[in-house]
Amino acid sequence: MAVKVAGRAASRSHDQPPGPATAPDLIQLLTPEGERTYHPDYPLELTTEEVKSLYRDLVLVRRIDFEAIALQRQGELGIWASLLGQEAAQVGSGRALGPRDMAFPTYREHGVAWCRGLDPARLLELFRGVSHGGWDPREHNFHLYTIVIGAQTLHATGYAMGIQRDGALGEDGEAVIVYFGDGATSQGDVNEAFIWASVTNAPIVFFCQNNQWAISEPLDRQSRIPLYHRARGFGFPGLRVDGNDVFACLAVTRKAMQAAREGQGPTLIEAYTYRMGAHTTTDDPTRYRLSAELESWKLKDPIERVKQYLIRSGLARDDFFAAVTAEADEVGTRVRTACLEMPDPDPLAIFDHVYAEPNAPLERERAQLAAYLSSFADEEPAPAGPEARP
Amino acid sequence: MTVLTLSKALNEGLRKAMESDPKVLIMGEDVGKLGGVFRVTDGLQKDFGEDRVIDTPLAESGIVGTAIGLALRGYRPVCEIQFDGFVFPAFDQIVSQLAKMRYRSLGKVRLPVVVRIPFGGGIGAVEHHSESPEVMFVHTGGLRVVACGDPADGYAMIQQAIACDDPVIFFEPKRRYWDRTEVDLPGGLATALPLDRSRTLLPGTDVTVLCYGPMVRTCLEAAAAAREDGTSIEVIDLRSLAPLDAEAIYESVRRTGRCVVVHEAPVTAGLGAEIAARVSQECFYHLEAPVLRVGGFSTPYPPARMEEHYLPDLDRVLDAVDRSLAY
Repeated sequence: MAVKVAGRAASRSHDQPPGPATAPDLIQLLTPEGERTYHPDYPLELTTEEVKSLYRDLVLVRRIDFEAIALQRQGELGIWASLLGQEAAQVGSGRALGPRDMAFPTYREHGVAWCRGLDPARLLELFRGVSHGGWDPREHNFHLYTIVIGAQTLHATGYAMGIQRDGALGEDGEAVIVYFGDGATSQGDVNEAFIWASVTNAPIVFFCQNNQWAISEPLDRQSRIPLYHRARGFGFPGLRVDGNDVFACLAVTRKAMQAAREGQGPTLIEAYTYRMGAHTTTDDPTRYRLSAELESWKLKDPIERVKQYLIRSGLARDDFFAAVTAEADEVGTRVRTACLEMPDPDPLAIFDHVYAEPNAPLERERAQLAAYLSSFADEEPAPAGPEARP
Repeated sequence: MTVLTLSKALNEGLRKAMESDPKVLIMGEDVGKLGGVFRVTDGLQKDFGEDRVIDTPLAESGIVGTAIGLALRGYRPVCEIQFDGFVFPAFDQIVSQLAKMRYRSLGKVRLPVVVRIPFGGGIGAVEHHSESPEVMFVHTGGLRVVACGDPADGYAMIQQAIACDDPVIFFEPKRRYWDRTEVDLPGGLATALPLDRSRTLLPGTDVTVLCYGPMVRTCLEAAAAAREDGTSIEVIDLRSLAPLDAEAIYESVRRTGRCVVVHEAPVTAGLGAEIAARVSQECFYHLEAPVLRVGGFSTPYPPARMEEHYLPDLDRVLDAVDRSLAY
């Protein structure tokens, strides 16, 4: 066994390791200390209002996430997948999209959902178990959450092929962005999506949030090379961006999306970030990773660096930060109230929306359940108590 | 009326669907210049172009997964899975995505995707080319599963499947691709039997025989042979496996009192098991004999030199009919 391990280590030394984030190829426009840097390929002009608006989004999505974790702990949600630490990757890329672009998320893209204008309460429906999602993807051009890892990359690629067939490319055209994680890059579907997008030159951006962990499995269980290097083998450009830098994520995604719209084909963006929380609320990361790692990433916090930039540049004062905090509390309260007021669906809704067209056997099953439930109608109703729901 | 093979009838049905709706696409391996390994898509790429008849990478999950994305964009893709045994790489996309996305969206998404699968044995093929995986899809809520049995039905049913707003898994009996019948090419879909209905091919009074796909011809031949012995078999082509046309089955079995279900798929947890349970419950006081099943054994599909012993044939159908009558 020892020989085998040594052999693995020896062969790895010939390859570039999957990290670290300080590699020279990491695109960064704002340092963890809040210092603005410049990159020749990614000029980014932001007004003060735009920077403030990005900051506001970062704070609000973190607050929504915080509220959802609390709701889960209080038994109001079955589970929650926290985005803590990935706010910049999601807000930066989400804000790079035009209204006609289409986004395909995993189940952790709460920040992208926010940028697309989806009511956060809709996300809670899913994690509370009221529905499996239920929003209309066309309303905000934000597809339903996909739970099976990587499956949505093919849906996104097919959608992008539809854009081509609709003749919707060009300077003012449309493109697709699809989100997935480092673990998903091992899935067959993701690799198939890379191939399909490549050979069809589809207008799509593959946005991989490498948060270093697939539940308990570190990146070296998925790859021996940096993930963005994978793109080259498939025949399209790949790049690595500081996923905790909202400026860089915005600039890089904007450019890749525009290239896609103009018919230049796919790009793989590896947003190098860190999952600060557990995989989901059922997970216990202390079993598999060291707190020192977490501490080192705390120094690269995606929100703090924007705050420092705003303060250092004299672009915002205490009253701005206080106002954002107050708004975040309001949003948190609104999300909490919406969650607590969510009615449980009618049991017969189990049968709704399975098919678009009439289905006789299903209707018989619906009638059977209805008859069974109504057979209890004569029984004494339970006395209304403090636990009773409306 | 025009006499066509099943392969050509399906081809004509696809052509008609593509002519009437520019959103209809065909996707699959070798469906373009080659026209498909069974020639079902022959000539379509030449007439409709490479954007509508797409030779895909060799990746079945990719075929169905990207078809879902195209359907989300408003297209009506018809996917060809080259052989039954190759559908399993696409199983997740079919069962977890295609079947469930409408439900997930509370009805806001519709996925009019057809997945065509040549199925069944009897062609002397190597492993994975002779399977009957239909119940794996019947078991999945959100899918419609149909099987055509002859050219006339193939022509109409493929058009109906494409027009359907639900995902349809469309099974084609590959050993019957070269069977010929009359097909009503100008006939509109308005007069065609609905996609979710069974068809009584031969009325009879003694035993109800239920079948679909490649077993339709087998059962008709068995019924003709039985008639010479004075036994009247009613042959029903189920056509729609999900949803089942249950009322038509019950009506027939209540008349005959006897029921035999025939399919190539293994009998264990096969469609015959489902039908037997339902018929026992709904026709209990009319039954003169238990529902009998004729089908494949609970083994992997055997090598070609043994398949004649695996596949139900005329004699095995008649044997089951005799056993039913003997109760």
